[in-house]
Amino acid sequence: MNAGMMIALFLASAIRMSIPLLLGTVGESLTERSGHLNLGVEGLMMMGAATGYVVAYRTDSIILAILAGMAGAGLGSLIYAFLTISMKTRQDVTGLALTIFGTGFANTMGKALAGTTTSEKIRAFTKGQPFKPDLTAVSEVPVLGPALEYISAALLQHNLFVYLSFAIAVFAYWYLFHTRPGLHVRSTGENPAAADASGIRVTSLRYLHVIVGGMFCGLGGFYISVVNVGTWLDDIIAGRGWIVVALVIFIRWHPLKAIAGTLLFGALEIVGFRMQQIPALGSLPIFSQYAIDLYPYLMTIIVLVITYARKKAWQGPASLGQPYFREDR
Amino acid sequence: MSKTNTGSNLRADVPAIDMQGICKAFGQVQANSDICFSVRKGEIHALLGENGSGKSTLMNILSGIYQPDAGSVHVYGQQVFFRSPRDSIKRGIGMIHQHFKLVEHMTALENIIAGTGQGLRLNKKQARIRISEFSEKFDMAVEPDRLVSDMSVGEKQAVEILKVLYRGADILVLDEPTAVLTPQEIRKLFKIMGRMREQGKAVVFISHKLNEVREMSDRITVLHKGRTVATVDTASLSADALIELMVGRKVDLAINRPRVVSDGVCLRVENLTVQDIDGVKKLDEVSFELNHGEILGVAGLAGSGQKELCETIAGLINPSAGSISFHDKNIVGLSPREIISLGISMSFIPEDRLGMGLVASMDIADNIMLKDYAFHKGPMLQRRIARKKADNIVKQLDIQTPGIFHTVSKLSGGNIQKVILGREINLNPKLLITAYAVRGLDINSSHTIYNLLNEQKMKGVAVLYIGEDLDVLLDLCDRVMVMCQGQVTGIADARKISKDQVGLMMTGLTYHETVNSVKTDSMINESEKGAGVR
Repeated sequence: MNAGMMIALFLASAIRMSIPLLLGTVGESLTERSGHLNLGVEGLMMMGAATGYVVAYRTDSIILAILAGMAGAGLGSLIYAFLTISMKTRQDVTGLALTIFGTGFANTMGKALAGTTTSEKIRAFTKGQPFKPDLTAVSEVPVLGPALEYISAALLQHNLFVYLSFAIAVFAYWYLFHTRPGLHVRSTGENPAAADASGIRVTSLRYLHVIVGGMFCGLGGFYISVVNVGTWLDDIIAGRGWIVVALVIFIRWHPLKAIAGTLLFGALEIVGFRMQQIPALGSLPIFSQYAIDLYPYLMTIIVLVITYARKKAWQGPASLGQPYFREDR
Repeated sequence: MSKTNTGSNLRADVPAIDMQGICKAFGQVQANSDICFSVRKGEIHALLGENGSGKSTLMNILSGIYQPDAGSVHVYGQQVFFRSPRDSIKRGIGMIHQHFKLVEHMTALENIIAGTGQGLRLNKKQARIRISEFSEKFDMAVEPDRLVSDMSVGEKQAVEILKVLYRGADILVLDEPTAVLTPQEIRKLFKIMGRMREQGKAVVFISHKLNEVREMSDRITVLHKGRTVATVDTASLSADALIELMVGRKVDLAINRPRVVSDGVCLRVENLTVQDIDGVKKLDEVSFELNHGEILGVAGLAGSGQKELCETIAGLINPSAGSISFHDKNIVGLSPREIISLGISMSFIPEDRLGMGLVASMDIADNIMLKDYAFHKGPMLQRRIARKKADNIVKQLDIQTPGIFHTVSKLSGGNIQKVILGREINLNPKLLITAYAVRGLDINSSHTIYNLLNEQKMKGVAVLYIGEDLDVLLDLCDRVMVMCQGQVTGIADARKISKDQVGLMMTGLTYHETVNSVKTDSMINESEKGAGVR
């Protein structure tokens, strides 16, 4: 295999690893843009992973599994929304509770299915490459042939969910910055009192975006359990939800930038994995499994420090984390 | 957009707004009790009352932010029940809030169109056309694509006004719109309000400044302690009679200004420069002298460097250049505690009143101890002394409280401010810095505070008084220093400078530049009055 193809395949793997992060980051960005800091992403992704996997295993239907993954996390975020929006509980504490609840809920639910795998039918669908082009006609053409091969290997041989996720990110960007409801979401996140005085329905708008944001997180969880892994493991999300929380800050609550940001972390996971496979390096302590698991978090810390070092930059929706009381005086 | 132009509101005899028997309580406090308030189409109706008289609560009920406990609201003869600001906007009511409800991190255009329209589409092009129509009609210049955070207070207010006009409001409520404006901006606002009246809109003008109310309104409704005192034609009452209605008894509005022979310079500030973490200059080469037995007033728009000046003298901020000499001793670099022990006292009343200087959940005695516990002997707190001091201060300043162990947050605003000032005065300072000491106080409490400051001045204390109300600054202080964007634009004798001059200096002109422009300005005003605006 030549160097070009190696890079193309590396990129392809990085993209595949970045998808759950992308879905979570876009979802959490929607939630935070409305002014709600949901630290329960890990729990939501766990719930989505579990409900998605259980339904995929029991019904053998990919559509039902997707819906179940989104519904499971949607339910989790509904609890969070009710507590923080209607009961005005503290968002950070409620989010942490949601993480603990979601993780417990998912592990309990998945326990009976530990060690099982998804069916042939599901796997055929999740491994399918709907956009893979047939390049036999041009394979002999110099320069163009290999170039197309590389592009195809990097970008066009993914499963349907990869393209769906990119579409969701682009759609979320368009929605937030180029539509009327998007303007309302951003206004609410910046200053709910101003939004309220402008005639925006702050409460229902926040409910909607917390729940839809949570559903995207659930879709990310579903992607990990059903598409990437294809079996059930305890704690299957393994901290990715926390990385999402930091990524949202890194990408400055901007769904398009999320594509690049999550790709960086996807690549990091792959680099560690590949390093381990090289015999000379794999035995070194810095490339041990434990160390490699650590790197995304190390990267998260570095990213946060860099982000907050830019003092003048906008530091996120101004009302993030604060409950809104209309009759406050 | 506007759904209000139905047949019924064309009848002139039906009031635009008719509020009857409005009651609203917040916990134990009865903010509104049985208030009646009615506004006609095509009039400017002033709502006058001291702070805490229930004006804002009443208007918040009208704009759907609060729901009344009892009473009815009719808009053009139709009874309405507003459950949210959204309902009230639909009825053509537009509220211009005292503390602007704008999203700072967005443009004027985005702020104006947020909450309007239908569907997914964000029609900025059409919105831009409508906004420019309104700005022309009411003579307001607003750049639609500028970020609100980059705007001056006057421009922000223009955005607020455009925002309600854009929603098709024909009943406009302006809640203390002049509080933060320069005299020039106020004049411009009054012109806009005049246009609104000409267009047949009903305008409610909330204020506690008598002269403005008398100048602008057709009728006045006076509130006192949550009740309607009277609704009168503006022309029918004298200023004295009005204030009597407002306060409930006769009040002498004149502020004392005793002359004191100074015994030397107390504080000398030279070329003081302060930068924030982004390198923006908050104070720029500020120089002035403050004598003993003198009150030096500091005027300026909000955020012109007043806070930084206070905090730098008090040792909370380190200046990047310049010197501060107290009795010819440089105090730059000393810790706040060392500065307090020299006899420099600082009190700053922030907008929310409780944010700085007091711990809201502690009682009066503990709060008074906060400032001098460090000078107690030994490791233990000397509560007995603190209690005695607290008793003294409460008696001396006539603080209304069940006792010195009463939690500060449960006191009224005026009494809280008396606690802060009393604590500072109790330290027997040689230099007293006080910022916004009368912020949000009623006329009586304000006068108590002015008297306290004059007392200090007569004792030879140097007082740096940072204020908002230009009338008070010019009546109380010996000299006035005007600041604009961190620079001192001039220091003048308060007995000789006019309010208009101070206003112009607040926007960056120097004293000498103002002398000429004020002359021509006042001539224009005279001729306008001659033409008969009313």
